[in-house]
Amino acid sequence: MPNVIGESRQTAVLLIGYGNPGRQDDGLGPALAAAVERLKLPGVTVDADYQLTVEDAAAAARYDVAIFADADTAGPGPFYLRAVEPDATLSFSTHSVSPAAVMGLARDLFGARTRGFVLGIRGYVFNEFEESLSEKALGNLAAAVRFIESALRSGVFEETPGGTEKPSVTVAAPVSEE
Amino acid sequence: MVATNGMKRIVIEPVTRVEGHGKVTILLDEKKQVQQARLHIVEFRGFERFIQGRPFWEVPVLVQRLCGICPVSHHLAAAKAMDWIVGGEKLTPTAEKMRRLMHYGQFFQSHALHFFHLASPDLLFGKPGDPLSGFAADVAIRNVIGVAAKFPDLAVQGVMMRKYGQEVILRTAGKKIHGTGAIPGGINKNLSITERDFLLKDIDQMVEWSRSAVKIAKDYTVEHLEKLAPFGSFDSNHLSLIREDGAMDIYHGNLRAIDSVGKKIFDQVDYQRYLDYIGEEVRPWSYMKFPFIRSLGPEKGWYRVGPLARVNTADFIDTPEAEAARKEFMAVTKGKPNNISMAYHWARMIELLHSIERIKELLHDKDLQGTDLVAKGERRDEGVGLLEAPRGTLFHHYRVNKDDQVVMANLIVSTTSNNEPMNRAVAKVAKDHLSGVEITEGLLNHVEVAIRAYDPCLSCATHALGQMPLTVELVDHEGNLVSTRSKN
Repeated sequence: MPNVIGESRQTAVLLIGYGNPGRQDDGLGPALAAAVERLKLPGVTVDADYQLTVEDAAAAARYDVAIFADADTAGPGPFYLRAVEPDATLSFSTHSVSPAAVMGLARDLFGARTRGFVLGIRGYVFNEFEESLSEKALGNLAAAVRFIESALRSGVFEETPGGTEKPSVTVAAPVSEE
Repeated sequence: MVATNGMKRIVIEPVTRVEGHGKVTILLDEKKQVQQARLHIVEFRGFERFIQGRPFWEVPVLVQRLCGICPVSHHLAAAKAMDWIVGGEKLTPTAEKMRRLMHYGQFFQSHALHFFHLASPDLLFGKPGDPLSGFAADVAIRNVIGVAAKFPDLAVQGVMMRKYGQEVILRTAGKKIHGTGAIPGGINKNLSITERDFLLKDIDQMVEWSRSAVKIAKDYTVEHLEKLAPFGSFDSNHLSLIREDGAMDIYHGNLRAIDSVGKKIFDQVDYQRYLDYIGEEVRPWSYMKFPFIRSLGPEKGWYRVGPLARVNTADFIDTPEAEAARKEFMAVTKGKPNNISMAYHWARMIELLHSIERIKELLHDKDLQGTDLVAKGERRDEGVGLLEAPRGTLFHHYRVNKDDQVVMANLIVSTTSNNEPMNRAVAKVAKDHLSGVEITEGLLNHVEVAIRAYDPCLSCATHALGQMPLTVELVDHEGNLVSTRSKN
């Protein structure tokens, strides 16, 4: 399958969770990053930021796999994993960069052959200043953490479309506090 | 879509955030001539409610949630306000220099990113002698990947300069998403020798690249001055912080405002009294307030902030290479304020060079390894913190109760101050380049270029997958949608 990576040697993985924890479910990305960081998985480097930026391309270029974890406002729940094709697009006037643009820069500027994936976690509420995740988002987060932990431990990253797992609401993962 | 006074509205709507999006409305009169432009920016509604009741010492961390682009600026402005609350506004040398290092790091990465990765595609793809043709260049190349293909060294420099600035921030503020370096009355860490040596390793390369960036911006502006000068340009007042001796100072100083020919409107104003000098007007069509200089009133008192304003207001810059660059910049307008919107790019690169010169100086300062980190004094119940953020003057104002809870917060962010100037810039571009009542790709790009010169922050909200970056709508005077154009 084209978007499955399984290597005999340990795969070096960069996982970046991004979003604003002060905007409710927009904090899903950093929350996932915090949960994965606590697992202390070998070969896995974890970062968190408000949004992706161009220098993430320099970082991603040093890894076999880059995973970009973000909240999704409308995608399939509870989460999905999709391969990212490098792209040229930067946004109009903000400094945010899409995962595809990060991969495009990693390829074009640093000659990287890094494989990129987006881990989109469905969120539901975004419009208030509030540092907490909604109950449904917490369930989606827990499911996403279980999935990505398994993938990271096995070194096999297989696209999943989402919509296949019912959200659990029993695990309350914390919101990226240190 | 509502037609007003027989005018037709053309809407340019970038939707990059769930709430923090902006759109441009160009108002046409009955003769289909441009009458006015309005840049709508949805501000961070609800922030005051979010922060009320929270302990004041949490505020420098909480305010970073306002903006994923410039969290350091909010972090430091809030910390400066809280310095007043704890009576610790006279910082220890170590604390002040660590904060300055953090702030110059923020400037360096922000300005590098804007120039190399947002502005350079606009500037580098014009035909010889016709810079405006670059604004309408093929979208397939007018992006950073196009820059990477044609000017790979520049694109890499931009990434590495941005990365360097982030390394400075990491070692002074802490983790990107939970920066805790500045606390009321000081800082919570100094710079270790190991950290200092790490940052010194690449400093000379950064200075050299910054020097080159100034040259690129200067050569581009001077070479194309005749055509760039009228592009989105207009006379305006300018405002910034200024040091007591008149030097540019982006971290601390007093307020200075000048008019379009350089006459001082006020000078050396203690920013704790900013409300005596700056008012905020509310307009019915925008969530964003319109700040103005009180003595001139809302009609004439609007002003520009940011790199252009700072270079215009400063008597000098106290680092040698940036000062030499400033003199060249001011010579273009014979020492008078430069009111050319596109000159923001050159001014921004002068500040880039100033920032890296300052970082180098600071890294050689032994005070950064000091251990006296926090000052305290008489407790107050109100404090104002001001600094120059990369995009311009940033105001943070708080009141707290006897239980240390925040009861009032008022913020004026840089993009708010540049609200009216950006409207003027868009109106000027539309008047000069709109043909008929259709938004062409070229006009859309021209509007973008004019706004981008100000480096506005439209994203003080969320970032999530599934958003559309740009939509253009044409609506007739009866409110009918005539056409829609979207950019992904």
